[in-house]
Amino acid sequence: MDYALIWAILISVAVFAYVALDGFDLGIALLFPWFKKEEDRDVMMNTVAPVWDGNETWLVLGGGGLLAVFPLAYSVLMPALYMPVIAMLLGLIFRGVAFEYRFKTKRAKGVWDLSFIIGSLIAALSQGIMLGAMLQGIEVTDRAYSGGWFDWLTPFSFFCGIAVVIGYMMLGATWLVMKTKGDLQRQSYRAGWYSAILLVACIAFVSLYLPYVDSYIAERWFTYPASVGLWVLPVLLVVITLGLLRSLQKRQEGRPYLWGLGLFLLSFAGFAVSIFPYLVPRSITLWQAAAPENSLKFLLVGAVVLLPIIFAYTGYTYWVFRGKVDPNSGYHD
Amino acid sequence: MFESFDALFLARFQFAFTIAFHIIFPAFTIGVASYLAVLEGLYLKTRNPVYQKLFRYWVKIFAVAFGMGVVSGIVMSYQFGTNWSVFSDKAGPVIGPLMGYEVLTAFFLEAGFLGVMLFGMNKVGEKLHFFATLMVAIGTAISAFWILSVNSWMQTPAGYAMNDVGQFVVTDWFEVVFNPSFPYRLAHMLLAAYLTVAFVVGAVGAWHLLKDKTNAAARKMFSMAMWMALIVAPLQVFVGDLHGLNTQEYQPAKVAAMEGHFDTEARAPLYLFGLPNEETAEVDYALKVPGLASIILKHDINAEVTGLDQFPREDWPPVATVFWSFRIMVGIGLLMVLAGLWSGLQRLRGKLYDNSLLLRFSVFMGPMGFVAVIAGWIVTEVGRQPWVIYGLLRTADAASPIDKAGVAGSLIAFIVVYFLVFGAGTFYILRKMAADPAKVTIPEYAKHKPTMAAERIYDEEA
Repeated sequence: MDYALIWAILISVAVFAYVALDGFDLGIALLFPWFKKEEDRDVMMNTVAPVWDGNETWLVLGGGGLLAVFPLAYSVLMPALYMPVIAMLLGLIFRGVAFEYRFKTKRAKGVWDLSFIIGSLIAALSQGIMLGAMLQGIEVTDRAYSGGWFDWLTPFSFFCGIAVVIGYMMLGATWLVMKTKGDLQRQSYRAGWYSAILLVACIAFVSLYLPYVDSYIAERWFTYPASVGLWVLPVLLVVITLGLLRSLQKRQEGRPYLWGLGLFLLSFAGFAVSIFPYLVPRSITLWQAAAPENSLKFLLVGAVVLLPIIFAYTGYTYWVFRGKVDPNSGYHD
Repeated sequence: MFESFDALFLARFQFAFTIAFHIIFPAFTIGVASYLAVLEGLYLKTRNPVYQKLFRYWVKIFAVAFGMGVVSGIVMSYQFGTNWSVFSDKAGPVIGPLMGYEVLTAFFLEAGFLGVMLFGMNKVGEKLHFFATLMVAIGTAISAFWILSVNSWMQTPAGYAMNDVGQFVVTDWFEVVFNPSFPYRLAHMLLAAYLTVAFVVGAVGAWHLLKDKTNAAARKMFSMAMWMALIVAPLQVFVGDLHGLNTQEYQPAKVAAMEGHFDTEARAPLYLFGLPNEETAEVDYALKVPGLASIILKHDINAEVTGLDQFPREDWPPVATVFWSFRIMVGIGLLMVLAGLWSGLQRLRGKLYDNSLLLRFSVFMGPMGFVAVIAGWIVTEVGRQPWVIYGLLRTADAASPIDKAGVAGSLIAFIVVYFLVFGAGTFYILRKMAADPAKVTIPEYAKHKPTMAAERIYDEEA
């Protein structure tokens, strides 16, 4: 069995679970500037308060998993992306503590609102920049990063950062559509509509720009007949975009978030197709990066047994807190 | 401000700083999570409302501390790569899967049930809520299990071989996980977490008793904490001694530094005070008890105790740091034993809540567990130097190829952010602790199936 490939898929699942789940947590914060009423912000935060911590755990699994099964990729990517990684961690600190601190004070509530917004913005932006930096490729010599200090920062990687910020806003908005009602919900529909359109524009731009500047990626996508199967992705992009916009227009509460996830899944697939088989693009393949087989097997046993259990109790938590958040119930003790 | 330091020193300082800050929160939440499980269990069994009040009092404090632990912990899981990439590449195949298991068995469990524990009181029945609390408490302990296994493997590596690209490869997972120092370190750390929290709880109880000694909630808190002090503090001394003997066997240079023993000698002295001087290899201004170290380490006054002279200079840990951190840890441990015995005596005399000197002493002891935990970790981590994996990989050979300016920048950012953010969190926690536990109000448990989504039911406006 190809354990390295299995693990590449599992790590992708973890990263996608992170994006799908923490994406709406971060997105809610990114929408705060357009939702100014304190009561609205209270409700928005309380839609995710019971689950954000579990959502963020997927990021820990992504990092820890990479160290465990692709230690070489981990030890090259982290120094290569040093500044955005550190920035993301610091951003997540400001974001994470805001969930508790915000309700501990009246005077400084605004300060922790700001901490929530800016922390989330830095985290989302950094994550997008890292994706962009990986698409650009990373220089390696003798099992170590050998590029420059600012290689990760280019107009393209910054654009990817903005795209992820917009994408998370869309996820946040569609999540709020599901979890709120009244004016707050109406405003969320609107936010979902605008962010969805902007996001699709960003996806289209990246999809056209990358093959234009990068012959390797162009070859991957436009070699007849080998690439024909991949063209289903742009077709799906059109279908899902229309589905998302229609469901927002028709005020179908639960559907926009799922369509939105579809957009992320497509982008994720596009990213995977563009870098495969590399984990550190153009330098280290997933097989070169893989840990010795007995490390892969040892953790795989645990993952196979435990991931379904994790999905079960995570699902249970979401079920306990299902339905709309009532703005009138809240802060009594 | 960093002219005189190299990139390696800054990376070490950054790791030390971020992990020292981080360990405060798990040490606290491991203990509080168990305390909460005990309180809720006792409430369900006895239906005494004071346990329910105490549960709700401490769960708010727990929530803030847990949040700080989560965000400072994520930093750790990425910092191995950002700053210690050579170590990650070489040791990843061994320690990575253990940390993977930590995430899969502990972090998800804690995080998954935390939401129900904090916000689900009026949504699930009280039995399910107790179950969620138990899962959070168990999760914190499982997390300690794995991460201490990782740390212990770095101290006393076992069950490995090297492959052709210089990575550590596992030959026996059982030997890796249950490496020689692991059981001692795990027991020592878990007890430390429980003791730390016992003294925090005791201090909060004592603080409110000093204002009103009839405060029933404060009395209950103080009494529970002092039982823990009486039983667990002496137990910790015993476990600590076993841990020390294990270190003596596997890392004798560390113990030599802890004891300030530069020379190998029979009837080795125990230094009560002194300034170890690495240049002259002597302890200046020493105040010592001849033969006592031989008794403690070998249980024989005439036994020969290994000194640093048995090791080449380049393998010495920084002696003074280890020597002093060890004395601080042991000193606090003995004060904890004292507090336990004193409270036991007062309890026997039926005057546990009446002695204001004991109450004041307990308030003073409140933060001491944290000091002891950090001092203890300095002993074991600085004592491991100059190795990151003991005897196998030097710290100097393990760092990332990041230049000095880069590490200096991130280090300054961490220092500023940590003091700001965790300073604010500590302030909010202290304010919660200053609130009177007797005045906690109790909302109803759900008697019916849940209908509405998250409500933040446990917060008062401060």
